[in-house]
Amino acid sequence: MSLLESTRNTFRRDQVWSFLAPHEQQVNVDKDMILYVEGLSVSFDGFKALNDLNLYINDGELRCLIGANGAGKTTLMDVITGKTACDTGSVFFGQNIDLLNKDEAEIAQLGIGRKFQKPTVFEEQTVFSNLELSLKSDKGVLPTLWAKLTPTQLDRIDEVLTTIGLKQQCFMLAGALSHGQKQWLEIGMLLAAEPRLLLIDEPVAGMTAQETERTAELLTSLAGDHTVIVVEHDMEFVRSLARTVTVLHQGSVLAEGTMDQIQNHPDVIEVYLGEDASLTSSTKAGESYL
Amino acid sequence: MNNNPMSFNSTPSSSASSDAFNQGLAKEANSSRAFGKHTAPFVILLLVITLLASAANLLLPESASLYVSTYSITLLGKYLCYAMLALAVDIIWGYCGILSLGHGAFFALGGYAMGMYLMRQIGDRGVYGNPLLPDFMVFLDWQELPWFWLGMDQFWFAMIMAVFIPGLLAFVFGWLAFRSRVTGVYLSIMTQALTYALLLSFFRNEMGFGGNNGLTDFKEILGFDLQSDATRVSLFVITAIMLSLVFVSSHYILKSRLGKVVLAVRDGESRARFLGYRTQNYKVWLFVYSAVIAGIAGALYVPQVGIINPGEFSPINSIEIVIWVAVGGRGTLIGAIIGALLVNYAKTRFTAIMPEAWLFALGAMFVLVTLYLPKGLMGLYDQLKTKYGTSNTESSKSNTTPSTHKEANE
Repeated sequence: MSLLESTRNTFRRDQVWSFLAPHEQQVNVDKDMILYVEGLSVSFDGFKALNDLNLYINDGELRCLIGANGAGKTTLMDVITGKTACDTGSVFFGQNIDLLNKDEAEIAQLGIGRKFQKPTVFEEQTVFSNLELSLKSDKGVLPTLWAKLTPTQLDRIDEVLTTIGLKQQCFMLAGALSHGQKQWLEIGMLLAAEPRLLLIDEPVAGMTAQETERTAELLTSLAGDHTVIVVEHDMEFVRSLARTVTVLHQGSVLAEGTMDQIQNHPDVIEVYLGEDASLTSSTKAGESYL
Repeated sequence: MNNNPMSFNSTPSSSASSDAFNQGLAKEANSSRAFGKHTAPFVILLLVITLLASAANLLLPESASLYVSTYSITLLGKYLCYAMLALAVDIIWGYCGILSLGHGAFFALGGYAMGMYLMRQIGDRGVYGNPLLPDFMVFLDWQELPWFWLGMDQFWFAMIMAVFIPGLLAFVFGWLAFRSRVTGVYLSIMTQALTYALLLSFFRNEMGFGGNNGLTDFKEILGFDLQSDATRVSLFVITAIMLSLVFVSSHYILKSRLGKVVLAVRDGESRARFLGYRTQNYKVWLFVYSAVIAGIAGALYVPQVGIINPGEFSPINSIEIVIWVAVGGRGTLIGAIIGALLVNYAKTRFTAIMPEAWLFALGAMFVLVTLYLPKGLMGLYDQLKTKYGTSNTESSKSNTTPSTHKEANE
């Protein structure tokens, strides 16, 4: 009887078999939240890189992540982008997409772009080709073989080149660009893919003051259309972005708020200056130590 | 180059800037055709030489000064098979950065498929006169044909196998290796182990492939006598045509966006992965494509040299292929072909004059090329062009600077 019942259930005409149902790829941000990280723990050989971490990112927000070395910033990005598996916890992209059971390529196709700490571009190819490869398109083997650039895609590349200011270098090999230009190109590659969420790891490391300023300008202009998470050590830079800051410490969130709130936060001061120092703490000292 | 005073949100001075962009686009299209610019002349040159050599063999009397002996024709055919093999290795190594030290295995498997067909064609003309079983099976006192020899008397079936078996092996191996993200020297060692394992198993008589002696004593192919001049010349011409086809199709594949992805996988695999490309799939399919080319080369090689034995699986053969590619210039299809032709010609001459010195010469060549010509002979051509060329000096300069830089890093 139960067999008959389940067979009948299987062949119900009002529903689609799950393996035939179209894959839900559209991210749902009804609640204005684009990323939910809950109870996330990762350990490497007993070392807890992430420890019950909770983080929520609003849609269209520009969020800065700061923290000392080993606080778990890069590990967090690794988990979100599918590079590292986590022990416990959940990571949701919007309300509906569970990121933990997907690989890097699939997560990238969902619209999560990641910039590495060290600028990584395809040095033997032109800036143009770098952007062409990054375009949002079918990334399967055969479609790529037959792929042709459409006028819309050309416009998109043109637009991105203008945004990152590399229009004149368009047909140069990416390897001939300066360090700062490579960083911008990598950000441009993320943009060409039309992402929803950008994870940017230390964008201004090794940049001149002038380049840093321009990068801050660029990132600020991106927020709104895209959600941007920036990991950075440079406090001046974080201050210039002037948005919500999250402090990570030993794999979990220590504090969250504006830059001023963070610098006056007792926990932050305690962690970074020690208890004794907290008695005589000043925001100045806290800032320099962070 | 650095710090141009252009600010981010500057609106492009519409017409002038977009004109420059369009000009650049046209240039880009041209530069991707600039490689293509060599393709047609190269194929034509190859086919013309092939035809001239064939005509000189068939039409001229043996006394004529321009007469090309059948021995030379066979030798040339053999070189072209090697060139195809070098092309296969170059596709996977030069373009995708996967150093395969086991491509000899795919070559030999293709060769064995052709060998099995030729073996079955001998029929009852063998030493033991058995109409069904090849000589070595009669010698081993086998009563019936093993299942994997069935159907190999059909030419079309044998040719499908010559492509399918190397392709299947490459697929299984590549799928396992690339999915587990094995790269670099570990992968090279595994490919080496693969060919060595096949070498050992093909040496065994129980495998049913003729053991130590391999397959030989072929009589005819598709009813044509393998010893006749006309058959030899035809095989040579077919090899040249196949090489041209493979060359053109590889060129097309590597110049498409797929080729750009393949280069991206070579230069920054994790970056490509985070752009949404399943890099393992690209590597597997390119590896299969390369193995299939090697299989075709093997199948063309066997009727021309008249023997296939487990020696073809030996690791040293596979390493030699890598040397051909390195000498010619990896990352250029023409370079691989030229390298294979030159090194093999040198080998033929050298082993005739001083057989014992050949391995030293080969080793020295590899060391010298690695030290002084990191981009091979094709790289030398580019260097000379940059040095003495008058036209577009600037662009070729910007082309060579980063690449030499990268070479230095390696």
